[in-house]
Amino acid sequence: MKPKKVITIAWKGLVKNKLRSLLTMLGVIIGVAAVIIMIAISAGAEATIEEEIISLGSNLIFVQANFTRGGPGSEPSSGGLVYDDAFAIADEVNGVAGVVVEQSSSETVKAGSISIDGVSVLGSTEDLPSVRDIEIAQGRYFTQDEIDRKHKVIVLGASLAEELFGDNPPVGQTVTVGTTKFAVIGVFAEKGLVGDVDYDARIYMPITVVFQKFTPSQFARMIGDRVRLIYVEVAEDAEQNDVILQIELLLAKRHDVSLDEPDFSITTQQDIITTQEATTEAFRNLLAWVAAVSLIVGGIGIMNIMMVSVTERTREIGIRQSIGASPNDIRMQFLTEALLLSLVGGLIGIFVGVGGSWLFNITGGMRTVIVPSSILLAFGSSAAVGIFFGYYPANNAAQLDPIEALRHE
Amino acid sequence: MTSSQPIIQTTNITKVYGMGDAQVRALDGVDLEIGENEFVAIMGPSGSGKSTVMNILGCLDRPTSGQYFLAGEDVSQFDKTQLAIIRNERIGFVFQSFNLLARTTALENVLLPTLYNRGEEKEESEYQQKGIAVLESVGLGDRLHHQPHEMSGGQIQRVAIARALINDPVIILADEPTGNLDSKSGAEIMDVLTALHAQGSTIVMVTHEDEIAEYAQRVIRFRDGVIETDKMNGNKGN
Ligand SMILES: Nc1ncnc2c1ncn2[C@@H]1O[C@H](COP(=O)(O)OP(=O)(O)OP(=O)(O)O)[C@@H](O)[C@H]1O
Ligand SMILES: [Mg+2]
Repeated sequence: MKPKKVITIAWKGLVKNKLRSLLTMLGVIIGVAAVIIMIAISAGAEATIEEEIISLGSNLIFVQANFTRGGPGSEPSSGGLVYDDAFAIADEVNGVAGVVVEQSSSETVKAGSISIDGVSVLGSTEDLPSVRDIEIAQGRYFTQDEIDRKHKVIVLGASLAEELFGDNPPVGQTVTVGTTKFAVIGVFAEKGLVGDVDYDARIYMPITVVFQKFTPSQFARMIGDRVRLIYVEVAEDAEQNDVILQIELLLAKRHDVSLDEPDFSITTQQDIITTQEATTEAFRNLLAWVAAVSLIVGGIGIMNIMMVSVTERTREIGIRQSIGASPNDIRMQFLTEALLLSLVGGLIGIFVGVGGSWLFNITGGMRTVIVPSSILLAFGSSAAVGIFFGYYPANNAAQLDPIEALRHE
Repeated sequence: MTSSQPIIQTTNITKVYGMGDAQVRALDGVDLEIGENEFVAIMGPSGSGKSTVMNILGCLDRPTSGQYFLAGEDVSQFDKTQLAIIRNERIGFVFQSFNLLARTTALENVLLPTLYNRGEEKEESEYQQKGIAVLESVGLGDRLHHQPHEMSGGQIQRVAIARALINDPVIILADEPTGNLDSKSGAEIMDVLTALHAQGSTIVMVTHEDEIAEYAQRVIRFRDGVIETDKMNGNKGN
C-alpha cells in the first residue's frame, strides 16, 4: 500500500475516536513537555552557575581559617587567619595580583529621615573592586592609607544609594551606620545577585573600621583582627599551584604549624567550579531520567489504548480483511495510528514544553533556557516510543483470523 | 452450464474443526462446479456447512483438504496475503449482518476495498465516479453521504452489495443476504441481485427461505457437510 493511503486510513481511524485519541496522546504530550522543560530548567541552572562563577572574579584562591583547630573554647591564639596574614601574602608571595579580606556585620543605617535596619556592612581592603570585578559608578573607592588610619568613609551599593538618597548625588553626604557617622566617598555600579548575596544592597568600608566598631561579640573582640577568609587573585602570568605553595609555606611559618596539620585551608576557583559542575551534572542526569520515564509511561499509555482499540475494533479489522486487507495492511494501519498519535502528541508536547519553559521564566519561578536540540530529542524519542509500543498491538491486529474477527460483537 | 471453464471448481473439499473427540467435520468432501453467469442458491438445515463452504469459496478460510480452483487458479494453499489479494480483486462478499464500517458514509464504505487495491493507482476522482455509479446501480444515488445509522436495513445491505461490486469481482458470494431483513426489503435485495445476474454476474447465495431461493436458477442442498441435492429451479433456467 502507498504511504499516503496508509496515513489516510490511520488518520481517519484516529479522527473517528477523537476523545480517545486525545487521551492517548496526553501521556506523550506530558512526556515530551517534561523532557523539554526539564532540560530547559537544568540549562537555566547551568547558565546561572556559570554567570555566578564569572562574576566571582577570575583566578581566585580562597584561604580559609581551619576551624578544626582553634575552635571556640580552645586557645584563641592557636590557629586561624589574621588580618596581617593578608598583607604578608600581598608582600611576600610572588605572582599575586591582589588580596582581599572581608569582615561583615549587619547594622541600622540612617541618612536624613530615612532609616533602614539590617543592612549588610562589608569591611574590606583596597583590592576588592579589582578582585571581585565591581566597578565604581560615582566618586572613588577607599585607599590603603584610609584603611590604615581607620577613616570613617563608605562606598554604597547601587540600590542602597538610591534608597537612601533617591536622585540626589550621594557622594559627600553623611550616613550614620550603627551610631557612627560616615562620609560617602563613592557608589558602586550595579552588580546584581551573586549566589544569594545582593552586592547592590551593601555598604563597603575599610575593614579596620569594622574591626574597631562592629565586631559583633566580646569573644570576637578579644580575638581581635581575626578573619575567616582571604581572597587572593593570582596574576595572569603566574602559576596557580606555585602561588598556593608559597602561601602554604608562608602561613605555616607565620602560624608556626606543620603543613601536615595546617590551621588554614586553600581552595581554588577551579575546585568550586568542579564541584558545581558535578552537582549540575547529577541534577541534569536526574532530570533526564525523570523525563525519560515519563516518555516511557506515555508510550505504555499508547500501547494500552492500542490494545483496547484492537480488541474493540476487531469487527472493523474483520471487515477490512474481508474486502482485501492483508495482515501487513492491518499491521501498518495500527502502527501508523500509534505513530501519528505519538507524533501529534509530540508536536503538542513541544508547544506545551516551550510554552511552559517560557512561563517558568516570566513568572520568575525558575530560570529556564530552551535547548533547541532537546526539541529534536523529544520529538525523535516520541516517534520511537510510538513505533516501539505500537508494534505489539499492531501485530496482534494483523494476526486476527478474518472469520473470527467478523464474528466478534 | 453456460461456459467451458467454471468460475468455481472444488474437488473433495473437507473442513475439520477441533481435535479428538470434539472434532467436527463441517465439510466432508464437497465437489462443486459453478459456471459463469450462474445464479446459485445454497440451502440446508442449520449447521449443515453452508457458511463454512461460503467462507472457503470467499477465500476467508482455507479447506482442511481438497482443492479449490477459482477462475482456473488453485487457491486452496494460498497464504494469508495471497488470499487477501484474491478477496480484494476477485470476490464480492455480502454478509447477513451487513458489515459496513460505522460512522462512515455509504460512498466511503463502497470505496473501502479500493484502498487495498494493488497495482497501478487510478485518479481519486475516477474512484469517486465509480463508487457513485455503483451506488446508483443499486438505487442509492441519493444516499451517497448517509452513514449506516441513517439508513434502513435494506438500504444498508444495498450499500454492502455496491461495496462487493466496486472491484468488478468474478463472483458475488452472499451468505443469507436477506436473513436480517423484512420480506419487503428482502425482495428489494433480490431484485438487485437478479438485475446483476441479468447483467452477467455470477452469484452464489445462501438462504433458508424457499421464496428467496426461487430467484436462483439452481439450488444446492447441503446436509451434514455434504451436497445432498443439486437441481435446476423448475420455473427458471435459461
Ligand atoms: N470455528 C468453528 N469451530 C468449531 N466448529 C465450527 C466452527 N465454525 C463452524 N463450526 C461447526 O461447523 C458446522 C457447520 O457450521 P456452518 O456455520 O457452516 O453451518 P451453517 O450451515 O451455516 O448453519 P446456519 O444455517 O445456522 O448458518 C456446525 O456444526 C458448526 O458448529
Ligand atoms: Mg451460516
